[in-house]
Amino acid sequence: MYQILNDKPEKVATLSGIDFIYPDAKGGVAALQGVNLDINEGEFVCVLGPSGCGKSTLLKIIAGFLKPSCGEARMGNEIIKGPDWHRGVMFQDPTLYPWLNVQDNIAFGLKMRKFPQSQIKRITDQYIELVGLKGFEKSKPYELSGGMKQRASLARTLVNKPTMLLMDEPFGALDALTRQNMQDLVREIWMKTGNTVLLITHDVDEALALATRIIVMSRSPGRILKEFAAEFTYRISGSEHEMVRYKPEYMELREEILKIISSQNERLKLSQHNPKILLERK
Amino acid sequence: MIIANIRGKSEKLLTPLTIVIILTIWFIATTLKLVDPKLVPAPQSVWAALLDIMRNGYKSHTLPQHLAASMQRLVAAFLEAVVVAVPLGLASGYNSKIRAIFEPLIEFYRPLPPLAYYTVLILWLGIENESKIALLFLACFAPVYISCASAVMKIKEDYINNAYALGANKWQVFFHVIFPACLPDMFTGLRTALGVGYTTLVSAEMVASSSGIGWMVLDASRYLRSDIVFLGIVIMGITGILLDKVIQIIEQNIVPWKGKE
Ligand SMILES: Nc1ncnc2c1ncn2[C@@H]1O[C@H](COP(=O)(O)OP(=O)(O)OP(=O)(O)O)[C@@H](O)[C@H]1O
Ligand SMILES: [Mg+2]
Repeated sequence: MYQILNDKPEKVATLSGIDFIYPDAKGGVAALQGVNLDINEGEFVCVLGPSGCGKSTLLKIIAGFLKPSCGEARMGNEIIKGPDWHRGVMFQDPTLYPWLNVQDNIAFGLKMRKFPQSQIKRITDQYIELVGLKGFEKSKPYELSGGMKQRASLARTLVNKPTMLLMDEPFGALDALTRQNMQDLVREIWMKTGNTVLLITHDVDEALALATRIIVMSRSPGRILKEFAAEFTYRISGSEHEMVRYKPEYMELREEILKIISSQNERLKLSQHNPKILLERK
Repeated sequence: MIIANIRGKSEKLLTPLTIVIILTIWFIATTLKLVDPKLVPAPQSVWAALLDIMRNGYKSHTLPQHLAASMQRLVAAFLEAVVVAVPLGLASGYNSKIRAIFEPLIEFYRPLPPLAYYTVLILWLGIENESKIALLFLACFAPVYISCASAVMKIKEDYINNAYALGANKWQVFFHVIFPACLPDMFTGLRTALGVGYTTLVSAEMVASSSGIGWMVLDASRYLRSDIVFLGIVIMGITGILLDKVIQIIEQNIVPWKGKE
């Protein structure tokens, strides 16, 4: 039942031979090198990798905020030329607009796309309900807790019904309990809508709990080191719940991924030519 | 605003207490004739001067007329400056070519003492209101322009990216994101502009005029009417505070999120 889409995977986004170089005084910082990635419809892809390896850069290229220095990023058959609402984006630091209340923030996309007023109201209410912000419609973003801000942020992205949801460490700043609530919410929405999701995280357990595919990147300049298929997300949402975390196959995969990431850090410690990356997050 | 928030009970008492103490010392010093009344008039004679010019006016104009003359100049120049400097400042923040044209000009005249170029303005526009309004316009222009330009330049990139990713087009990004995001800094600029404009106004009226609160003070000093000079200074101070309060109240209503992001 989980693999319905995998018989005939429909590609949603394709990255081929992507390099990205941030210009600087000394000719540029290579952030990505030769990244190839196909993202299929309905997949939940989690990206892991050491800090500074280019995860955010990768996401910004797919979102259309950055243009690759080399290579091609496509959505469907079209080259990604800039941001648009088919690819919804969510950051660690919620960028809700402080001059709008929760409701107007969530309605922003529909308003920009000139939906009729009655429809905006209906859809907005529906998503406010979905993310559990009922009763806070009139609150200003600065009156919300961190978790509530991320809920509003999520709803604001979802109202557009984007084909792809791009999330950059969306729950990184939240406490453990809130983070788990948000993970459950995202999983539920993903299962309900059949969205394609790309989520960046530095937490292996988060990746294992949500992903259908986990991508591990090398340290700077970022390349894709290894991919893993995962299906714990279905089991967590099923009858096994959190017990999945204690299953041997979970622990095994976790170990394997951690080993790859820490070997990256080992190599880093030996070479130490890029001191910036040493500020590794725990 | 932040200062107002952290004020406790004792701070609320300290301000009026300070005023009372200063008035008391002033009263005692003048009653005991510790100072020459020609140099420091007694508080009661300043009060009497107030009642007198409220009723009889000072040199053909009543006090409200003097105040109105000053305020008219200030408000006209301030509004004109806002109408021109806000769009120009925002455009300069948005587009480096526009900035390259205007920024050097403004950087050049901004540090000049206003009275230095006031003489030129008088030559060009005459001694009447036009030259004064032009002077105040220039004084108000720079702070508004600079605050708007820097507000656009420091706007969070993610605010803009997110708007595009939510389906906004260029114009919508400008009106629904960039403009509101700049409002808090813009208001800081407006307050500075009004303050600078007000001090410039008073000095402009002292140089060449026949009405206005600044002129009244200067004229009174020629006749050694220290009571009117003192009265004028107190009125100027209070008016300045009130003007700032007005703009602060508008600010709190338009940008309630200021400082809370
Ligand atoms: N605007 C920029 N200008 C110059 N260099 C940048 C810029 N943004 C990122 N970089 C560099 O590019 C590399 C990749 O950055 P990126 O933000 O994509 O990393 P990341 O994997 O998201 O890291 P983190 O896990 O800490 O968020 C880093 O070496 C970083 O220093
Ligand atoms: Mg990042």
